[in-house]
Amino acid sequence: MIGSLLAAAQNADAPTLVAQNISFGIIAAVMIYSAIRVVTTANVVHAAFFLVVVLAGASAQFILLGAEFIAITQVLVYIGAIVVLFLFGIMLTKAPMSGEEKLSRDNWPLGVLTSVVMLGLLGYSLVDGFGGDRIPADLAPTDTRVVSDAIFSQYLIPFEVISVLLLAALIGAIVIARRD
Amino acid sequence: MILGVDLSYWQVSVLRSLGILVAVLLPAGTFVYVFLFKMVSFMQSRLGPMEAGPFGSMQLLAEVGKFLQKEDIVPERADRRLFKLAPYFVVGTVLLVYLAVPFGPDMYFANLKGGVFYILAVSSISSLGVLMAGWSSANKYALIGGLRAAGQLIAYELPLVLAVVGVIIQAGTMNLSEIVSAQAGGSIFGFDGIGNPYLLTQFIAFGIFMIAVQAELGQTPFDMPIAESELVTGYITEYSGLRFLLFFIGEFASAGAFAAVAATLFLGGWAVPAAWADLNSNWFNLFGPLIMLVKMMILGGLIFFVRFTFPRFREDQLQKLAWTVLIPISLVNILATTILKVAF
Repeated sequence: MIGSLLAAAQNADAPTLVAQNISFGIIAAVMIYSAIRVVTTANVVHAAFFLVVVLAGASAQFILLGAEFIAITQVLVYIGAIVVLFLFGIMLTKAPMSGEEKLSRDNWPLGVLTSVVMLGLLGYSLVDGFGGDRIPADLAPTDTRVVSDAIFSQYLIPFEVISVLLLAALIGAIVIARRD
Repeated sequence: MILGVDLSYWQVSVLRSLGILVAVLLPAGTFVYVFLFKMVSFMQSRLGPMEAGPFGSMQLLAEVGKFLQKEDIVPERADRRLFKLAPYFVVGTVLLVYLAVPFGPDMYFANLKGGVFYILAVSSISSLGVLMAGWSSANKYALIGGLRAAGQLIAYELPLVLAVVGVIIQAGTMNLSEIVSAQAGGSIFGFDGIGNPYLLTQFIAFGIFMIAVQAELGQTPFDMPIAESELVTGYITEYSGLRFLLFFIGEFASAGAFAAVAATLFLGGWAVPAAWADLNSNWFNLFGPLIMLVKMMILGGLIFFVRFTFPRFREDQLQKLAWTVLIPISLVNILATTILKVAF
């Protein structure tokens, strides 16, 4: 791990990016460890809290890239709402204190296969699309105005499509929940 | 550059680290002494603590000493790691909230571009700490308290965010320093004598914000999670000693933090809302924190006055108020603000 950290630090062109590269390495290592613990821990609640660490790490990586708005959204939506909802569901139904129950399903090899394929696809598309890009040395946090202008001009149609999709999911949830 | 003294980066960083501890502990201690000890005693026709120091002003230090001496008990069946971690989540959230609040033109901890949005995001982390405490105590009272607290925090998070949106639209920025200067430099129908504190134009948002804050803090009338007559003290039931003290500090420090945020958003923050005041003057670095503290005390007084005079909501009434009253009103407020913003 230290070797990869040093290698990452040496790759930096500008001296200001050394600290960023080292932070990236440390946060990435913590994220990978926590992500593995999410699926290997024997306790559902512990898994949810390890998921919090992974999501917080993703948010920290966004900050290292100067994407302040996305980092904050990550915390607000994923940690503040979705994981809390997970925990709420776990605790409301059944939350064994000791993890004596068997959490792994029998078809876990299929899950491993799916995640490896997903990792390959995402990794390939990222390296293929952005592999040659470098972070500018004078990295400043992106202004939220720029983000909102982009959403409401260049990406207006995807934004509207997602809005309609979310609305449909919301109505679907109400229909399932009501049953009267 | 603070008060005309040139400081290097590490000196500013050390000062900010110490400053944030002062910013968290000073208002929390003042709130406890002035409101919890003295104001409620006055309202109940008694004196409150009088022995420690003049008028009992040292009572707080005595209490802290008492809690530090107590044994730090962890229940046998509890999940030890999460049980010990939970109070730090709650207190850490308050530190993170203060991080974005400005106390003067140069007296800030971090001048974030998305300041308000950041505060709303990190304040939602405390519900994780509460759920963690409730579950890991291995106690049914604590679990029910934790679940109630989390349900309440989720429900009132939404009106809180939506109320702030009105202010963001009117100010045209999410940066708290810019919101302060927008209020100080604003004018009401051409009259700029008192600037334009958003309390006047966004009074609906202010009302919703303060109600939602009351619920986020778990203060009466929204103290269902720690309803002591039915749940002992909810998710704090099993805590003692230092960790109970941390929850206690967290409760009052977050009252201070939300008072600071409300003062910044609606009362003009560290600035005197007036056109004649030079906002970049170095005097504001000195008096800004004091002006801020006065505004925080006014809002804190409001929070605790409501706490000591209102009876408790039932759980279903509490949820109903958030979803069927506060959220629709705040959506209408956003719509009205948008229309007026475009019209003027």
